[in-house]
Amino acid sequence: MAGTAVRGRLTWQTATVDSVIDETPTVRTLVLGVPDWGGHQAGQHLDIRLTGDDGYQAERSYSIAAAPGEPVAITVERLDDGEVSPYLTEDVQAGDELEVRGPIGGYFVWDPARPDGDVPLLLLAGGSGVVPLRSILRHRSQVGSSVPTRLLYSARNWDEVIYRSEFASPAPGVEVIYTLTRQQPAGWTGYARRVDQAMITEVAWPVAQIPMAQIPMAQMPVAYVCGPTNFVEAVAADLVALGYPPQRVKTERFGATGTP
Amino acid sequence: MSPISRGFHRRHEEAEPAGRVPPGQYVTHDFPVLSAGPTPHTPLERWTFSIEGGSSPVSWTWQEFQALPSETVTVDIHCVTRWSKLDTMWKGVSLDVLLDAVSYDDPYVLAFCDGGYTTNLPVADLKGGKAWVAYSYDGKPLPAEHGGPARLLVPHLYFWKSAKWVRGLRLKQVDAPGFWEMYGYHMYGDPWREQRYAGD
Amino acid sequence: MKPLEDDVLDGNAIGGKLIELFGIEMTTAVGTCGVCGNAGQVAEMAVYLMQMGTVVRCRVCDNVLMVFVEVRGVTCVDLQGLASLS
Repeated sequence: MAGTAVRGRLTWQTATVDSVIDETPTVRTLVLGVPDWGGHQAGQHLDIRLTGDDGYQAERSYSIAAAPGEPVAITVERLDDGEVSPYLTEDVQAGDELEVRGPIGGYFVWDPARPDGDVPLLLLAGGSGVVPLRSILRHRSQVGSSVPTRLLYSARNWDEVIYRSEFASPAPGVEVIYTLTRQQPAGWTGYARRVDQAMITEVAWPVAQIPMAQIPMAQMPVAYVCGPTNFVEAVAADLVALGYPPQRVKTERFGATGTP
Repeated sequence: MSPISRGFHRRHEEAEPAGRVPPGQYVTHDFPVLSAGPTPHTPLERWTFSIEGGSSPVSWTWQEFQALPSETVTVDIHCVTRWSKLDTMWKGVSLDVLLDAVSYDDPYVLAFCDGGYTTNLPVADLKGGKAWVAYSYDGKPLPAEHGGPARLLVPHLYFWKSAKWVRGLRLKQVDAPGFWEMYGYHMYGDPWREQRYAGD
Repeated sequence: MKPLEDDVLDGNAIGGKLIELFGIEMTTAVGTCGVCGNAGQVAEMAVYLMQMGTVVRCRVCDNVLMVFVEVRGVTCVDLQGLASLS
């Protein structure tokens, strides 16, 4: 079994699209059948490779939306000028084949069995950056973890919020806080601006008043920040300014895709 | 053998050969930004353009450079990543003017830039009205993301030779590979002979 | 550390490419910059992913740490900017 898992990890293998779920008008989850999948950890990603009938190939990376042990799934946001995302979000059907390589990534992983899996958890999502964080939240529920957890999710408007119904009933100990940066529904009383230092100060688990000498690093909260690069840069800097040691702020940047 | 993903195709089809588009290219109306590093922001009061390695080094400040005779040219540009952009308008100083200020017998240059980028060219490809140091694109000052305040413009070669943020030329007796050339891109880079990689 | 520009990624984005080249998971590997001595995980390095090639730079001093260029199916790997990678 270990041999099979290693082979799946290092090489491309054929996967079949089992089903598709339209999460929002521009975002779709693809559930994949991957015969030699060796399992994955919460927060990891996989690489997809598509081949056209002229032999042209394109590769992209997508965060895994599923928790460990659940059917492999990715959530893809359609980029207007994209080459792969319009295909995956509009054209692909159940039964179609593509190639998958993974799971990939040992850095942006939440593992309840590790010491930093047993501390307050702060998840900060910019747009489609919520995908790996959703895997983390599902895994937290799976294992019955009770670590205090907050998700700050920045989206342009309510229609673009992914996994809305899931987040409407968070597990015990999980708070989901939204900020809708461009448009808000009538009667909205939540945050209505891009994430800034003041918002971070209100939402993040406080660390500034904990004298570093008295709390060992191993017990400090840990933050996972994922989304467009400009979002991650600003939020990570705000957390460090608040007193989070840089090594307790894990980051994954998606580039210029999707403004916050 | 990779399975075919039903219905997947490349985004840009190759252009019909019409004499203006080299083989393997497609025409774009965008102006893609490709950068191997952070955008430099050298203040104009510190900017200089130099030519080194001739009988004596020569250098112009931004004010001196702006006072040199300039030309406005409309050219097609061809990127090794397969996009071509037609009828791009630039203003700058011809390399004929700049090289005339130096006494030299070297056949090659290495262009050097803010941020450390380099690229190599034969002097012959910079002379005869074929190359400029451009500081204006499309009637406006060249934006930093496209190489401003000034970049090399050598449209008859693949666009990686048109070095962004150029600060000068080092005259050389030998053709020494610049940044991309060291990693396998073609030393010369003629789009009409599809010289993308070494050995093409 | 100045903020990265909008289209810049980090080492997470080349996790698959690194497994392909080195045979092991590398995003948690620690690289030390040969110019300024900054030590950081690959996942936190600045990655300029372009069709021409991939350039990985030090977050602190922008020194080029790694370059990957694929030519005719073969990848040229340059790690000269790193003082060490473990």
